[in-house]
Amino acid sequence: MGLFKMPSLGADMEAGKLTEWMVKPGDRVKRGDIVAVVETQKGAIEIEVFQDGTVQSLLIEPGATVPVGTPMAEIAGAGEAATPTAAPPPAVPEPTTAPSPPVAPAPVVPAGAERRVSPAARALAGERGLDLTGIAGTGPEGAIVHADIEAALKGAAPTTPKQSAPKQPAPKPAAGFDFGAMRTAIAAAMARSKREIPHYYLEHSIDMTAALAWLGRTNESRPPADRLLAGAMLIKAVAIALKRFPEFNGFYEDGQFRPGESVHLGVAIAIRGGGLVAPAIHDTDTLSLDDVMAALRDLTARVRAGRFRGSELSDPTITVSSLGERGVEALYAVIYPPQVAIIGMGSIVERPSVVDGKVAPRAVVTATLSADHRVSDGHRGALLLRKIDDLLQEPEAL
Amino acid sequence: MSEAEMRTVLLDELAGIAPEIDGAAADPSGDLREEFDIDSMDFLNLVTALHERLGIDIPEADYPKLFTLDDAVAYLAGHG
Repeated sequence: MGLFKMPSLGADMEAGKLTEWMVKPGDRVKRGDIVAVVETQKGAIEIEVFQDGTVQSLLIEPGATVPVGTPMAEIAGAGEAATPTAAPPPAVPEPTTAPSPPVAPAPVVPAGAERRVSPAARALAGERGLDLTGIAGTGPEGAIVHADIEAALKGAAPTTPKQSAPKQPAPKPAAGFDFGAMRTAIAAAMARSKREIPHYYLEHSIDMTAALAWLGRTNESRPPADRLLAGAMLIKAVAIALKRFPEFNGFYEDGQFRPGESVHLGVAIAIRGGGLVAPAIHDTDTLSLDDVMAALRDLTARVRAGRFRGSELSDPTITVSSLGERGVEALYAVIYPPQVAIIGMGSIVERPSVVDGKVAPRAVVTATLSADHRVSDGHRGALLLRKIDDLLQEPEAL
Repeated sequence: MSEAEMRTVLLDELAGIAPEIDGAAADPSGDLREEFDIDSMDFLNLVTALHERLGIDIPEADYPKLFTLDDAVAYLAGHG
């Protein structure tokens, strides 16, 4: 019997609110199926299941807010579930397993049971060597959250969360985003990044003249629906280059670097009205340029509509942040933990360059790399940026 | 289609992309990318939507001719 738990959708998430179940007991599910919609600080997220099986019971009701890691449903594995017959799955719990907890209301922590502690709180407590026993939790169902640890470290009793900032007029809601909550989430992740990650920064100017000429020729014969954007070329070039530089693609957790198994490139996408998210394009390096473009288009549309998937938020192994055509020349991005690098692409601008001994107008983009010195050094970072440059000089090969 | 009808179609598509912006209040001679806060992906989506709705193909080379509401209306009316 497997338990489907409230997933962690980033270092800054402590709890999520179940909005709706997309399955019911008896439904067969396979890995990757969307089984629930969870509301987080980043909007409504579609949550996928990570095993094949049959939904045995739903443990929490829509509307409940539970900490990360809370069991939400029981899933019987393919082996232990009823054999595939026309008959519905048995209504009785399987005798081999412990008695199932009652379905709904939302489970409360039994006395003596493992304390619920959010990952962010656990990380902070571990870092400061703080013992969790005796700390009062103020999160959902008494869970210990980041603020409780901070309060304990200050020696102060946890109080109700401070509402220090005066209430600003809320921006017009777009697709159910809570901009205040999103700002809080961004602030928490970025503060953690700047506190923990020794960033170093590199900058490199890339000549985009050949890439843009190729793009213009390619788009000339295509209907708008099939056209490519320069941003897709930048993303593809980064993804290919990363295969040679695995120390920039992965996660730093529990004091060590774990390389990503694939390149799941996170793309920073601005949300209208404020804030941003950086969901992943899965297996970016294996996709064709057309597929990268299609994925980028799809992801942008879903982010703007406030509808993306849990794995897209939790999987990115590195992030690319592009300013697009109305930005400025360069940005120095902050790494999103537990990732170890982020690449910034400024606006493509026309600048005088020296080509074959003559000054000539060229289209250039300033690429920056912010990377984690615990994992890599500037020498390798420079080689990564140069590799991206080389790839963009042969756009037809992307 | 008249210019007035083209303007209605254009504002309708822009409302789909930038729902929080009041198109009627936008400066018709200002850069619509600024007025509606749209990036290159949004602009491509606009061009795609206009192509599908009106059957007007807008080559990439012509994009600068659609950078203000007034210019875009004139371009669409001239090609529709």
